[in-house]
Amino acid sequence: MRILVNGASREIGAADLASALDELGYGGAIVATAVNGEFVPAADRRSARLADGDRLEVLAPMQGG
Amino acid sequence: MLRFYDVELRSRLLLGTARYPSPSILTEAVKASGAQVVTVSLRRESGGERAGQGFWSIIRDLGARVLPNTAGCHSVKEAVTTAHMGREVFGTSWVKLEVIGEDETLQPDVFGLVEAARILCKEGFEVFPYTTEDLIVAERLVEAGCRVLMPWGSPIGSGRGLNNLFGLKALRARFPDVPLVVDAGIGVPSHAAQALELGFDAVLINTAVSQARDPVAMAGAFAEAVAAGRAAYEAGPMEPRDLAVPSTPVIGKAFLR
Repeated sequence: MRILVNGASREIGAADLASALDELGYGGAIVATAVNGEFVPAADRRSARLADGDRLEVLAPMQGG
Repeated sequence: MLRFYDVELRSRLLLGTARYPSPSILTEAVKASGAQVVTVSLRRESGGERAGQGFWSIIRDLGARVLPNTAGCHSVKEAVTTAHMGREVFGTSWVKLEVIGEDETLQPDVFGLVEAARILCKEGFEVFPYTTEDLIVAERLVEAGCRVLMPWGSPIGSGRGLNNLFGLKALRARFPDVPLVVDAGIGVPSHAAQALELGFDAVLINTAVSQARDPVAMAGAFAEAVAAGRAAYEAGPMEPRDLAVPSTPVIGKAFLR
């Protein structure tokens, strides 16, 4: 299926968020996730099913003021 | 001692981590500033570059407490969602809540700010709202559960110092028991000293340090200014007057005409 990952279209095979993160190269990374604008806690990633056209945001610590 | 929620701090200088020339200069500047709290944000991470992972390890090595922000959020929903994501990643319930209303001045949308603060305080967050000096907004934020307020000095990154001294003094007088942090707009150490002299509990500085020609030296200069300003406040500054008052005694002066 195709989903939007941080605004860019990506083809993924994984059906749940945890597997999708591994597939997209985020394995072991400290990130926070949101699907279609809703926060998905790390503990819920395995049970969070992804669907075609979903918008996934993957955020990490960054410089801030 | 300074207290934010249940945390006691020695340093009255909070430092932002953005726009430094290099990670090592950031590290040195934080050390030179003596800051025990640094602000951080969340941004999109690329699965290939993973830039945020390196940044996070630098921040953890500083040993400072982190204050995640919701910078750039223009709506209540965006800010609340970002706060949740920050709490998970950074492992703290502290959040510097920004709901931006207007892009030219980055002035807070105080209506959205109060609404977001109500939601987040109920959810157990310890909210540091980035606000204006407006007394009624401050009152609503305190009612919402905020136990720290962060009024702006002037627009973020402008370096214009304390734009509305009267308003800031009124805010200090109206909320004697709420820790007040001047956040945004401080350009040089004298601005920071002035905020502390007025009785503000702390200042949050970023651009003034990170964009200085020598950020590490500037961080040290701010540390001294903050300490001097606080010491002056505790010492009780004199009242200004309109006319001169001779400091040397007049009585006993020789008659030499």
